Formats: sequence, C-alpha cells, structure tokens
Amino acid sequence: MSDLACTWLGLMATIFGLGTVLLRSPVHSALSLVMVVFHVAGLFVLMGAGFLAALQVIVYAGAIIVLFLFTMMLLNLEQHDNEPHMHRYQKWLGFPLGGALLIEATWIALAQANPSETLLGKYSPERLSELGGTAFGIADAMFTSYLLPFEVAGVLLLAASVAALSLARKPDEDIMKAMPDMVSDAAGSMTQPSVQESKLNQSPTERGDNH
Amino acid sequence: MADYLNSYLFIGAILFTLGAFGVLVRRNIIVVLLSVELMLQGVNLSLGAFSTFYHDMGGYMLVLLSLAIAAAEAVVGLAILVALSRHVDEFYVDRLKSLRW
Repeated sequence: MSDLACTWLGLMATIFGLGTVLLRSPVHSALSLVMVVFHVAGLFVLMGAGFLAALQVIVYAGAIIVLFLFTMMLLNLEQHDNEPHMHRYQKWLGFPLGGALLIEATWIALAQANPSETLLGKYSPERLSELGGTAFGIADAMFTSYLLPFEVAGVLLLAASVAALSLARKPDEDIMKAMPDMVSDAAGSMTQPSVQESKLNQSPTERGDNH
Repeated sequence: MADYLNSYLFIGAILFTLGAFGVLVRRNIIVVLLSVELMLQGVNLSLGAFSTFYHDMGGYMLVLLSLAIAAAEAVVGLAILVALSRHVDEFYVDRLKSLRW
C-alpha cells in the first residue's frame, strides 16, 4: 500500500515538475509547482514527518507561490507572451547535458543503500516519527540543539524583508520631490544640539545658515 | 519501496535535475525563479529522507531552514523583478544585456 503511494506520489511530482519547467505560461508553471509541493508533502507524510508536510504546504503553497502569483498579476505578465526561442547552443547542449545530469544524479541516488546499524542516530524509529510528526518534537529540537540556526534564520528573514522593501519601493527622487520640507527639516533638527536652541533659531534664513 | 532510502533520493534527484534544467534553459525570469523553488523541493525531500532513515533530527531542522531561505530568496528575487519592471519593461533574461560584453 505504501509502496503504491510512494510510486504514485513520485510519478505525479515528476509530471508536475516537468509541467513547471516546460509550460509556456508562467501562471500555469506556478500552479504546477503548487501540485509538486502537495505531492512532496505527501512523501513527507509517508516518511512519518507530518508536521513538516503541513509546514511545507503552508509556506510554499500558501506564501511563496501566492507571492509569485501576486507579482505576476501586478506586473501584468500575460501581455508579454512572446518568449524568445532558445539559442542553438541551448537546444543542442541543454537537453544532452540535462539528461547527463539526470543520469548522474539518479545513479548516485540509487547507489545509496539504507544506512547500516552503526551509523544510525540516537532516536528509535518510533520516537523519531513521534518527534518529526508533531510540533512538540520539532520545537523541542529547534529550541535546544538547533537554537543558533533558528536565530540566524530569523536575522536572515529580517534582512530579506528590509531588502525587499528597499528594492521594490519607488526611486529616491520621487520621495525627495514629494516631501522636500520634511527631508530638510529632519536634516536641520539633527544638526541642532537641543530643543531650546532650535526654538531660538526658528526663522528659516538662520536655519538655512546652520546647515 | 517506501521503506528504502533509494526511492526518496531518486525522486529528489529527478526534481532537482528538472529545476536545474529549467534554470538553464528557460528565459522568463519568473519561470527561472520557480525552477529554483523546484530545486529546493528536491533538496528538501532528500534531506527529510536522510533524516528519517538515519534516525536523526538534523535533516528535519535543515528542511525548516531551507524553507526560511526559500522564502527569503523568493521575496528578494521578486523585489528585484519589481524594481526591474520600473526601469526596463522586459522579463526575458537574454534581453537584459547591460552586464554582458
């Protein structure tokens, strides 16, 4: 039964992965990737990592792909439906080299035997599936042995959100044009040592002299 | 089959290869970014399989980290795409030539 499920999920993930790469419309590619995510989540359930499967679906299908679809909607990508043809090199080298990479990767994957007893970690299979399948187990590992990577990931997400805001906002000239007074006010108040003194020099000409 | 490490690694390798192929061959920037996500799916599957079959929690933690990194990568990539659409109205990688000699 689980063999059948594994074969089916792998087959469908491969088919939808092909769809992601080969479909012409980017919206269809994104929806195909959602199906890949669902099938990979199914494989996680089959391995006994149910909580990770749920996280996978929530983060990928719920956040990342939706972000892609929103961007496509905002940029009106469907109008640009004239994807150029492949280069000659891409056609004649891309497919053989892609096939070679596929053969190498599957060769290495199929050469992996199940690990021998001496290499196994400290958890019994039942305990591991209990830990990997629930929020308790994941949190227990995350906040003890893996605390530092967790904190680093938090810093990374903060940096990514700041970077996205500063990349995607309008260029600086527009902001300067929209509120020149506020910008010069901020610069002026920074050079003033105290509030009392800035109240003394309130006339605009003197403030202009100060900076 | 579901009891062998091989089969999961096989599926992961196929997904990773498809993603790499898409990155190299497709022209549309959005599809290139989606192919990167496909590669990350393959890697996630392999990491989870290793963790399960080696009876260790490390792989699961790496899957979580990889989820966070995938989110950050998608956000920054799409922000670059939005910034690009402000300057040049062009979404095909081989028509963006200013860094090519």
